[in-house]
Amino acid sequence: MNRTLYLMALPGILFFFVFCYLPMFGVIIAFKNYNFQGGILGSPWAGFDNFEFFFTSPDLFRVTYNTLFLNALFIVVGTAVAVGAAVLLNEIRSKYGARIFQTLIFFPYFISWIVVALFLGTFLAYEKGIINRLLVDVGLERFDFMNSPAVWPAVLVIVYLWKSTGYGVIIYLAAISGINPDYYEAARIDGASRLQQVLRILLPQLRPTILVLFILAVGRIFYGDFGMIYALVGDNGQLYSTTDVIDTYVFRSMRTLGDMGMTSAVGLYQSLMGMLMILITNWISKKLSDEKQGVLF
Amino acid sequence: MVEHKSFGFRLFNMFNYLFFCVAGAACLVPFLIVLGSSFETEQVLKDRGFSLIPQHFTLYAYRTVFELHTVVQSFVVSITITVLGTLSALLFTALLAYPLAQKEMKFRGWILGYVLLTMLFSGGLVPWYILISKYLQLKDTLWVLILPYLVNPFNMFVLKSFFETIPREITESARIDGASHLRTFLTIVAPLSTPGLATIALFYALGYWNDWWLSLNFIESDRLVPVQLLLKKMISNLTFISSQVDTSKFIQVPANGVQMATTIISIGPIVLVYPYIQKYFVKGLTIGSIKG
Repeated sequence: MNRTLYLMALPGILFFFVFCYLPMFGVIIAFKNYNFQGGILGSPWAGFDNFEFFFTSPDLFRVTYNTLFLNALFIVVGTAVAVGAAVLLNEIRSKYGARIFQTLIFFPYFISWIVVALFLGTFLAYEKGIINRLLVDVGLERFDFMNSPAVWPAVLVIVYLWKSTGYGVIIYLAAISGINPDYYEAARIDGASRLQQVLRILLPQLRPTILVLFILAVGRIFYGDFGMIYALVGDNGQLYSTTDVIDTYVFRSMRTLGDMGMTSAVGLYQSLMGMLMILITNWISKKLSDEKQGVLF
Repeated sequence: MVEHKSFGFRLFNMFNYLFFCVAGAACLVPFLIVLGSSFETEQVLKDRGFSLIPQHFTLYAYRTVFELHTVVQSFVVSITITVLGTLSALLFTALLAYPLAQKEMKFRGWILGYVLLTMLFSGGLVPWYILISKYLQLKDTLWVLILPYLVNPFNMFVLKSFFETIPREITESARIDGASHLRTFLTIVAPLSTPGLATIALFYALGYWNDWWLSLNFIESDRLVPVQLLLKKMISNLTFISSQVDTSKFIQVPANGVQMATTIISIGPIVLVYPYIQKYFVKGLTIGSIKG
C-alpha cells in the first residue's frame, strides 16, 4: 500500500517542482536578450553578453564585496555573541530569571524587518531621532545617519545582533544543556573552578554545534539578507556603497531597469557561487569530522 | 553542588544579571518607545520626536487608523492570508513529511535529496518572478500571497523529526488492522503529533503574517496590500498616509501618529500571544537545529 504514501507526498513534490525546479530551467534567460513578447523561448540569444556587461561593471565588485563582508560580519560576530550570551545565560542561577531574560531577548525575532526599520528610524532620524536628541542634549553635533554609508556596516551588525541573538541563544542553550554533567563533576572533583569548567569542558563540547552552524552559515555567504537590508536601507541610494548586496541589486535591476537577461545573469552568478560555497563547506565539514556525512549531505 | 561564594563569583553573578537586564531592556525599549509615541499628539511628535511616555496622551492616532479604509483592508488581507496560508501550508507540509518519516518508503532517499537540492541551488529571482507573474498569471490575486510558501524545507524537516518520534508499534498495529497510510496518519499519528503540528503551524503563521516579499513583487492593486507592505509604504513616504485620508473627515492628518499606531496594531497580536507560543518556537528550533 505504498501507493497511498506516494499520493500523500505528491502535493509537496509538485509544489517544489513548480516553485523551485521550474524556475531552474529559467536560467537560460541569462543567456538571452529577454523581451516580454517573446517570452523565454521566443527571445533572441545573447550568448555571454549579459555576463560580460555585469562582470565588467564596477557593480560586480561592490555588491559581491558587500554581500560577503556583511555576511562574514554577521556570522562571526553573531556566533560569538550568541555563544557568549548562551554561556552567560547558563550561569544565571535563578531558572525563573533565566526564563524571563530568554523571553525578552527572543522577542525581537518575532518582529518583521519592516517594523524594525520603523524602530530604527525613531533612533536614527536626523532631527528628532533618539540618538541625535541625546547628542544635542550633551552638546554634541547631530549625526546624519541616512547619508553616512561608512557607519552602516556597524549599524547593520548591531541591528542584526538585536534581532537574531535570541534565536542563536536558544539553539546553543539547548546544546549546552545536552552536555553530560559528569564531565563537570569530574572536573570539579579535580579542583577546577567554574571558569575553568566553562573553558575546558563546556566550550569544547559546544564546538561541534558551533562548527555545524558556522559552516551552514558560510555556505550561504553569497546570499544577502534581502528582507533586512531592503527594509532598513530601502531605496536610499546614498547608502548603497556599503549596504547594497547582490540580492538588493538584483531586485532593483529587475524592477527599475527591466533588463531580465542581465538580471538573470547576476542571479545565476549568485546561485552558482552559492552552490560552490555549499559544496566546499560541506566537504570541509566532512574532513573535520571524519564521518561519511557532511553538514548537509 | 557546593558553591564557593567567593567575592569574584558574586561579582560575576551581579554583572551577569546586570548584563541581561540591559540586554532585555534593549529588546523591549524600542517597542515601548513606539507604543508610547502612538499615544502622543501629532504636534509633540513633530516638535519633540519620539519618547517612552507621551506628553499629551491621546487616542487620536488610533481613531484615525481605524477610520482609514486602506488600513482596515490591509488587516483583513493579512488575517486572511495568515489563516488560509497556515492551514494550507500545514496540510501540504504534513502530507509530505509523514511519508518521508516512514523508513520503509521506497525512493525516500531520492525525495529527500530532491527537497535538499532546492536548498542548494536556485533558479534566481527573475525566472521565479516570470513564472509566477507571466506563466501562472498569479499577479494581484490572493493566492500569490499564499502559494509560494506552502512548503518550507526547514519546517518540513522539523515536522518529519516529530513524526519519526511516533513509535512504530502504533502505526504498525493500525496498518495490520487494515487502515491505509492516510487513515493511519489522520486518525492516529496527527492527533498524537499535536505539539509538532502546532509548532510548525506557528512557524508558518509568523511567516505569513510578517511577509512583505510576495506582495512587494506581485501586488499592485490597493485591495490586496497586506499590513507589512502598507507599513513599508507608510515608512518610506509620510505623505502616503496623508493621501489615504479623507480630508473631509480629518482636518489634520497625524501622519507620524498613524505610523506608530499601525505598527503597534500589527505587532499587537504577536505581543499578546508571545508568552504562550514562545515555548513552541523554542522546541521547534531545538529539534530543527539538532537534526540539522
